[in-house]
Amino acid sequence: MIHRRKEHLLPAGIRVRKALEMLGVSPESHLVVHNGKLITEDVILQAGDVIRLVPVISGGSQ
Amino acid sequence: MKCRKCRQPAVHHLRQHRLALCREHYLDWFVEQTRRTIVRYGMSFPGERILVAVSGGKDSLALWDVLWRLDFPADGLYINLGIRGEIPYSDQSQQSAEIFARERNLNLKIVQVEESYGKSIPQLAEQTRQGKDRPCAVCGTVKRHIMNQAARDGGYSVLMTAHNLDDEAAVLLGNSLNWNFDLLARQSPVLPGRDGLVRKAKPFCRFYERDTAAYTLLRGIAYIEEECPFSEGSQSLYYKDVLNRMEADRPGTKLQYYLTFLQARQQLFPNTNLEEATTAVHPCPSCGQPTSSAGICSFCRLVGTSLDN
Repeated sequence: MIHRRKEHLLPAGIRVRKALEMLGVSPESHLVVHNGKLITEDVILQAGDVIRLVPVISGGSQ
Repeated sequence: MKCRKCRQPAVHHLRQHRLALCREHYLDWFVEQTRRTIVRYGMSFPGERILVAVSGGKDSLALWDVLWRLDFPADGLYINLGIRGEIPYSDQSQQSAEIFARERNLNLKIVQVEESYGKSIPQLAEQTRQGKDRPCAVCGTVKRHIMNQAARDGGYSVLMTAHNLDDEAAVLLGNSLNWNFDLLARQSPVLPGRDGLVRKAKPFCRFYERDTAAYTLLRGIAYIEEECPFSEGSQSLYYKDVLNRMEADRPGTKLQYYLTFLQARQQLFPNTNLEEATTAVHPCPSCGQPTSSAGICSFCRLVGTSLDN
């Protein structure tokens, strides 16, 4: 799983929701992309899957 | 998880609506919800020309894309703030906006802050007491001035920005913590135009930030993913983080907070007519743009201060 340009190895067979929890990443502030496609938090990760976390929260002036 | 409409695998789950959709149905849903928001709040009317403020980021390019698909006549405005961090942030975001406009044959107006006013945003911020600690405040002043000026000069009826529900909820939280009645009374999806101020509208005010990002990704729109280097540690990010922690435990919290505020606002401020009762404005003797206090406006003071130094 790639988050902020860092790679994290996670066990196969867990759901995306659990993977985010293990990395301490909020599902509210990230989208999960697998092979260029968005996936939902109930998807079960398979061995060899490469997952990218896309941060979605911007800050600054109104 | 299956798409509620077609039972194919869903690609996006909107927990606050208990709704999961496939790519095709999500994109349709998003465009239709934007159209409904525009109609619901009277943001734009047939025949009006729209100016969209685009930053090159996911939200503003998504908004321009949706308006284009809905056949609204919308031109873009990009303001190059002259911000450079580890990457040439402003130049890269300008490039994203230019590519987007070129691919769709849309008009994009570009204002270079440094060329127009002699200083970039970091330079302007550095030279003021307020901006040294809070460049975002200086940036907001400059952008509001340029956006209104560009909309007036171009004869546009409405200026649209891509503020989403997370932006609005974070502002609401900040204004509630300070009990800033003046700002609370004026926080609205649409601010009517008056006395030289062009109408402002936020068609994405009912979307979560993750939902606008999902639209941009699913539509294949190339946007600048890097954040403004000055946004790190900003108050708005802190408020968003607090709200998202509540949202994770109780989906729908942010939506309820914002929408019930919009209802409560009418009871809390029954005498507030957004067209008339907000702060009186006067034309700035220097630039002619409306300002809430008599005399030189904050933008001219800012630019004048920096140019004098």
